[in-house]
Amino acid sequence: MIRLRPGLIATVLAVLVGIFMLMPLLAVVPVSFTPKRFLSVPTDELSLRHYRTLYEDPEWFEGIWLSVRIGLLSAGFATALGTFFSLGIWMFRPRFAGLLMGIALLPMVAPPVVSALTLYFFLITLTQYNGVFAYDTMLGVALAHSVMIVPFAVVLVSVSLAQVDRRMDLAARNMGAGLGTRVFKVILPNIKFGVIAAFFLTFVLSWEEIAVTIFITSVEAVTLPRLMWQGLRDNIDPAIAAISVVLIVIVATVVVGRAVIVAVKARRA
Amino acid sequence: MTRITRPLILLTPLLAFLALAYVLPFAGVIGWSVTIPEPGVQNYEAALTDPLILSVFWRTLRICAIVTVVSVIMGYILSLLWVRGTPLVRTLTELCILIPFWISVLTRAFGWLALLSHRGLVNGWLEALGVIDDPLRLVRNEFGVVVGMVHFMIPFAVFPLASAMRTVDERVLMAARGMGASRTRVFWQVFVPMTAAGLMGAALLVFVFAIGFFITPAILGGGRSVMIAELIYLRIFQSPDWGLAAAVSVILMVAISALLALLLKQLSPKGVR
Repeated sequence: MIRLRPGLIATVLAVLVGIFMLMPLLAVVPVSFTPKRFLSVPTDELSLRHYRTLYEDPEWFEGIWLSVRIGLLSAGFATALGTFFSLGIWMFRPRFAGLLMGIALLPMVAPPVVSALTLYFFLITLTQYNGVFAYDTMLGVALAHSVMIVPFAVVLVSVSLAQVDRRMDLAARNMGAGLGTRVFKVILPNIKFGVIAAFFLTFVLSWEEIAVTIFITSVEAVTLPRLMWQGLRDNIDPAIAAISVVLIVIVATVVVGRAVIVAVKARRA
Repeated sequence: MTRITRPLILLTPLLAFLALAYVLPFAGVIGWSVTIPEPGVQNYEAALTDPLILSVFWRTLRICAIVTVVSVIMGYILSLLWVRGTPLVRTLTELCILIPFWISVLTRAFGWLALLSHRGLVNGWLEALGVIDDPLRLVRNEFGVVVGMVHFMIPFAVFPLASAMRTVDERVLMAARGMGASRTRVFWQVFVPMTAAGLMGAALLVFVFAIGFFITPAILGGGRSVMIAELIYLRIFQSPDWGLAAAVSVILMVAISALLALLLKQLSPKGVR
């Protein structure tokens, strides 16, 4: 059958939009090789000094390391909470399930700046009582990030659960399996990829989180995005170009790799 | 264990966590809005009458309206190729959507600075071509904010648009062609109306997202074209006025909840068709 393909005008316009989408990502590449200390395009000489800064300057190294630790902590915590919550909704279908789901998704739909102010209030209140989960500390940031990323874990795990056959759980229950056995031996093994995906996504979201982080840190807990934010607001440091190139290469590799795998599978099928 | 306590074991941890770390603190923010600097609703009065704050509200609405229209149009064009192109075109379009989508908002804002700033690439090219003598002011103003926000919002416009386009039945289009309609006419009189629900959904989603958006306007606006979200930040950290910041946040939350309710209605099965 003949398909109606987009015409010439649509194709030309889409190419322009596509260029618009990729342009800012390509623009950081030349800037990252400038030998100068300010935002500029190298003219006759290329330099790797800004890449060297990333692992030689303790500030950048510590920012990256702090972001990794906060990401692992908050993603682990949020994934566990989100998984149990989704399981509860799926297994017991409680009354007001829609309302409970709405509460769980609240931080995802609220404007980021409202969440930021809310978590700022939360952490400075906590700071009055303890110094561990407090304003401008690693665990304080991890706690705030957990709030922001937990809805995404709920969504991803719920999507995987929607594909599980309920009769399996029913069979286990009729055979006398307790709640623990049903959850850990029957259902979780069937959604393990969903749970892993939820951990991965929430880690990435914590790793990139900036709006809330600006509100709840000042000088001690400086994550990588916080460091970039400072560099972008005050004077534009080309080290940001270098770290941006590194991040873009990682993302592009994953996305292109996935596209290639999908294309190869489609051809075989 | 009884029937009621079992689900609680699974559901309570998250609900208790969010109640303590999110719902209660938001109640605290509402408390700030009516107690700082003194009890009363003067913060809400100020937010809704102070000409300076009103101008920020209007600027936010204006920028968001422009961003919504431009993102939805550009997103529509991109979705068209993503859904209806040949397999190779589809893959290439997908890369143009997903690679930027997964890249941090800070990296993207930096990319636009590298392109648009005073000594940036665009000014360099235009000068080399002899089009301009002095660098153009492309960033740290409203133009820069709109460009950066459109770039961020396009993927969010594409997802609902693409899913609306996927539901369009190929045979309807072929039938229109068979009846003698030109390709242009099929597009405007058959295809666009059939994806109208997706267009509305995409526009609302982008608008809701844009209103509360903080990072891109703050960096590309350079403190000159302040939007609501940045106003809240400035009132907390620069001219400490927590009561007003809290009041503006509450207003923002209410406005966005109303828009989201509209969006849900739009996306519910009854709203479509």
